[in-house]
Amino acid sequence: MSEEWVEVGSLSDIPKLGARVVNAPDGDIAVFRTADDSVFALRDECPHKQGPLSQGIVHGDRVSCPLHDWKIMLDSGNAVAPDEGCAASYPIKMDGETIFLSLTPNEGCPNKD
Amino acid sequence: MKERLIVIGNGMAGMRTVEEILKLDADAYDITVFGAEPHGNYNRIMLSPVLAGDKTIDEIMINDEQWYVDNNITLYKGKTVVDINRKARKVIVDDGSEHEYDRLLIATGSNPFIIPLPGHDLDGVIAFRDIHDVDMMIEAAKNHQHAVVIGGGLLGLEAANGLMQQGMKVTVLHLVDTLMERQMDSAAGKMLRQSLEERGMEIIMPALTKEIVGKDRVEKVVLEDGREIEAGIVVMAVGIRPNIELAEKVGIHCERGIVVNDTMQTFDPRVYSVGECVQHRGETYGLVAPLFEMAKVCANHLVQHGIAQYEGSVTSTKLKVTGIDLFSAGDFTGDENTEELVFQDASRGVYRKLVIQDNKVKGAVMYGDTIDGSWYFDLMREQTDISDFREKILFGQAHLGDSGHGDENRIEMMADSAEICGCNGVSKGDIVNSININKLLTLEEVRAHTKASSSCGSCTGLVESLLAHTVGGDYSIAPHLKPVCACTEHTHDEVRKAIKDHELKSVRSAIEFLEWNTPDGCGKCRPALNYYVMCQYPDAESDDSQSRFINERAHANIQKDATYSVIPRMWGGGTTPTELRAIADVADKYKVETVHVTGGQRIGLYGLTKQELPEVWGDLNKAGLVSGHAYGKALRTVKTCVGKEWCRFGTQDSTQLGIDLEKMTWGSWTPHKYKMAASGCPRNCAEATIKDFGVVCVDSGYELHVGGNGGIKVRVTDLLTTVKTDAEVLEYAAAFMQIYREEAHYLERTAPWIERVGLAHVKENIVDDADNRKALAERFHFSQSFAQDDPWEARAKGAEKHEFEVMKNINA
Repeated sequence: MSEEWVEVGSLSDIPKLGARVVNAPDGDIAVFRTADDSVFALRDECPHKQGPLSQGIVHGDRVSCPLHDWKIMLDSGNAVAPDEGCAASYPIKMDGETIFLSLTPNEGCPNKD
Repeated sequence: MKERLIVIGNGMAGMRTVEEILKLDADAYDITVFGAEPHGNYNRIMLSPVLAGDKTIDEIMINDEQWYVDNNITLYKGKTVVDINRKARKVIVDDGSEHEYDRLLIATGSNPFIIPLPGHDLDGVIAFRDIHDVDMMIEAAKNHQHAVVIGGGLLGLEAANGLMQQGMKVTVLHLVDTLMERQMDSAAGKMLRQSLEERGMEIIMPALTKEIVGKDRVEKVVLEDGREIEAGIVVMAVGIRPNIELAEKVGIHCERGIVVNDTMQTFDPRVYSVGECVQHRGETYGLVAPLFEMAKVCANHLVQHGIAQYEGSVTSTKLKVTGIDLFSAGDFTGDENTEELVFQDASRGVYRKLVIQDNKVKGAVMYGDTIDGSWYFDLMREQTDISDFREKILFGQAHLGDSGHGDENRIEMMADSAEICGCNGVSKGDIVNSININKLLTLEEVRAHTKASSSCGSCTGLVESLLAHTVGGDYSIAPHLKPVCACTEHTHDEVRKAIKDHELKSVRSAIEFLEWNTPDGCGKCRPALNYYVMCQYPDAESDDSQSRFINERAHANIQKDATYSVIPRMWGGGTTPTELRAIADVADKYKVETVHVTGGQRIGLYGLTKQELPEVWGDLNKAGLVSGHAYGKALRTVKTCVGKEWCRFGTQDSTQLGIDLEKMTWGSWTPHKYKMAASGCPRNCAEATIKDFGVVCVDSGYELHVGGNGGIKVRVTDLLTTVKTDAEVLEYAAAFMQIYREEAHYLERTAPWIERVGLAHVKENIVDDADNRKALAERFHFSQSFAQDDPWEARAKGAEKHEFEVMKNINA
């Protein structure tokens, strides 16, 4: 199926090593920016107890959930071992500084119904 | 091409070093390992439980062969390196093959010492050193009745116990008249002897062996005094010798062991050495904890971080014989400059002796009840001044105001279902299983796998004891110097010093200067670094909000459903009708689900969304209400009673004093949350004696109490001093808060900090030294001149918008 890209803002809207929230029809999506300006999007729910990942501390290629400190990989949404579980990840496309988000999650992680 | 590292020795020290190297930089080397034994790497100190039948060989394997494959390590097992050509940088193996290296690590360990008695080479005379020896002993137990163990030290007694478990009648021969004389004094040695004899062990000492007699196989042992003891097997456990044969042969400088410097480098700069084969600052070691410390330092240098230094180890010993608890550490004999504190209860079988010098613990021997061993060991390593609890120290940590657990701390007696970690609901059985199944060796690993002690941390001590109990006694669970987190080797104190000495004024510059092994730290170290930088340079605008935990970034407390709570400050617990009306209006306007009176004498509003926060704060600001910092590692509240203004017992104006204290200290960031209280009389209604800083007013002035907290581990304060005027109270309060801010580790409350550094240290700096007290107070006020800005006001007016607004709403 064809991807539908939604413009959600520009890189400068997100602090380095930070995240912003996009309200989407199926629930909030967290959009992260790493130290090297890579951008990732994950469902804003930790697989553990649904903590808002957007509120966590971003470090390297992962984010620490603010509720119980699970570490989630920003690219895949997988919890870092030995924890298990994943948050759905969403495709991101950059056009210069502008961030486009697809609302169709990547394969590989059971999405919230 | 990658550099080549060859490791000679596939034992615990060598492989621990390899593990540390992989952790720091998995691509640093092509690694080749030579091991003389035909196995993977196993936990040698657990051979005793294997012999005793408590564990199997599989259970004590640390790295199976798959591990070497997974990590691209070439393992040559059953192969011995016979020569090294240092000029050509290659090792020569017993099969004739040659292998080149760029760096060489010698970890050949030690050899058991065999006394060259007549008959020592008979069949059935063995040492207690490896899996092969254990197999021989188990085999002997099937065909023979009697065993003789020569040597009544740690290893000998563990061997003797194991052989008894295998069904043999065992006689221990010991040269001197105290068992384990290198770890025990004669009183504890006697108690040990008694309990071993009660179990059926025969102990002869002093006993000098003359010869071992037998045709082909050993039959009996003859003593100098003519006695003869039947023996189907003889175990010699009289000591170990560093295995330096190879190093000596190739001209590497050796004395008793291979001589290394503080970076574990030998006299040949390309050759490193770790473990029982080395001699460092004149010492050789035969316990595990020092080996692990050496491995860490060695790996750090091999991957060219070049910052770690091995300064020698203080070691402790436990005997791994089920049902017998003994512990020893440091210098337990003492000399003319030391004093002894002794507790002895023969009928309960309990003995404790501490050797003290200048009010510092130098050594400890414990028998029968060793739960406090790790505490004494910590006091010893930290060189804590014990003068303030000296009269109670022998009764243990449970009697030091920690009234939370006390006797429940005896983990060995706990049922498997007993809950250890109340935060995460982890039972003793869960932890023990995970340790065994996942072969966990450190506290961090247990936390990662079980979550135990990963939340509030109050059960850390229990989890550590459980780990020690499960994996074997002489692991030093808490390494002497704990790094801040897995991102670095540096300790909190080292980090603080570097931030100060090298003017590191941002989290980023600290991470770069101290060469963190992660690109931007983690959720654990970044908040710590941010605090240390801010504390050192309050005027540098160094605060990095992305390095703060969400509560401090959003200036509100995140709740489990991702909503937030808002708690405005009520100075000294006082409020007004106007403030109450403003709070009620906000509660109505934002449909606040829960309004709750907090434990700190103020009112909390719960269930607000993040987007609402700036508006809520704006409304509260209008009535003069400001942030209560209930979300921060910061000054929280100053609890008061109504004092002499109303109370018929009141001796001073405790309410006004509380307000003054709060006005002085609000807005300050601290290593952990910080609570104060002021009570108007010794009835102490404000509960000042479980606060970080508490004032109890008395008729003649003010008692100042420090280092208390409520919570799971209740700790009652220590009395710092008594002063006459409220001005002095304020000066002491500022000085105490500042020394805590400057010295404690991040997330260390005043209670554990004071237990770590000792109340005497605090008194020296604040009570005895008026100039220093004033200097501390001045530094506190300087810092406050930048900190006392209501964070709510700025944000209500639009600061940090991105924190509170959604980036985009794409709901249809």
